[in-house]
Amino acid sequence: MNSTLVSIALLFSQLSLLAFGGGNTILPEMHRQAVDVYHWMTDSEFVALFALAQAAPGPNMMVAPLIGWQVAGWSGLAVATLAMFGPSSIVTCVALRLWRRFKDQSWRRAIQSGLVPISVGLVAASALLIVQASDRAWILGAVTAACAIVATRTRVHPLWLLAAGGAIGWSGIGQ
Amino acid sequence: MILSDGEREGLDAASAPTAAAPTVGELFRGFLMLGLMGFGGVLPLSRHMIVEERRWLTGREFTELLGLCQFLPGGNVINVAAALGLHFRGIPGAIAALAGLIAAPTAIVVVLGAVYSRYQSDPHVVHMFAGLAAAAAGLLVSMAVKIAWPLRRKPVALGFAAICFIAVAVFHFPLLPTMLVLAPLSIFAIRKTGT
Repeated sequence: MNSTLVSIALLFSQLSLLAFGGGNTILPEMHRQAVDVYHWMTDSEFVALFALAQAAPGPNMMVAPLIGWQVAGWSGLAVATLAMFGPSSIVTCVALRLWRRFKDQSWRRAIQSGLVPISVGLVAASALLIVQASDRAWILGAVTAACAIVATRTRVHPLWLLAAGGAIGWSGIGQ
Repeated sequence: MILSDGEREGLDAASAPTAAAPTVGELFRGFLMLGLMGFGGVLPLSRHMIVEERRWLTGREFTELLGLCQFLPGGNVINVAAALGLHFRGIPGAIAALAGLIAAPTAIVVVLGAVYSRYQSDPHVVHMFAGLAAAAAGLLVSMAVKIAWPLRRKPVALGFAAICFIAVAVFHFPLLPTMLVLAPLSIFAIRKTGT
């Protein structure tokens, strides 16, 4: 393994174990490491990869394998996938086996409700980061605002909003 | 499955009985379909597939399992796949369920990534991806609003959410030390105050 693959493995396995509250909570750290620490890509490339991963089906952590693939090809894809999904899955399997010992409901609930604000803060930080990096023109800011409002107020399928954003972007208006 | 015998008595009487335990191949195929269809979030679809369509778990069992998975690190549906696979078929089952879940999305992101790399110099494509990114940013904002909304009358929880946001978004503190400091404080404070 070369040093890039080792870095990919270390980064994503660390993120895998820190992803309390799902994939969106680790975006700021992923961005910080990929852009500022390892210099694998620019800010806008990171945002483009995030958008690609959002447009694909499946779990919302698919940006990790995509970054691995962009940085180090097929071996990067394999290493990032294993590192992103392996450690947390192993923790889940072990925890499931120990589940009967964790019967103290109040203890478990205290941790669960205590972690909620942390997840909220991290997802909000992810949102600010992605908005700052992606809205480089007024039209893009308008697309973000419109999508945020429609997605919050209605049950429109997210894929329609992504398609509309892509179509408005394609037209080149305002960019 | 994950319930103790005592908790099992509380099972919803109306919940449908579960079908026979799935094989390794069935786990792989079930989660493969889920990965293929789950545009814009797999969680609602996963309940449909696991409880209603294939009847691997009752509704109550699914909710319990999801609660455990949300409490652990990692993607919720990823954890559900690993846990279900392990429960029915041990480690081969867990690997089959996980591989099934991420196979199709991985192939699709790579194809999209290749398209992006290939046409990176075409202004239309650059503009389209800028629009796509702006829309994806809007979806993330919406998600942040939706998960923050239940905290609006809980000042202590809101305070910790704000501190965490400022630490990561404004000061760009690394995630690990931030969580090691804030998570225990938040758990302690919320337990003490009940808000």
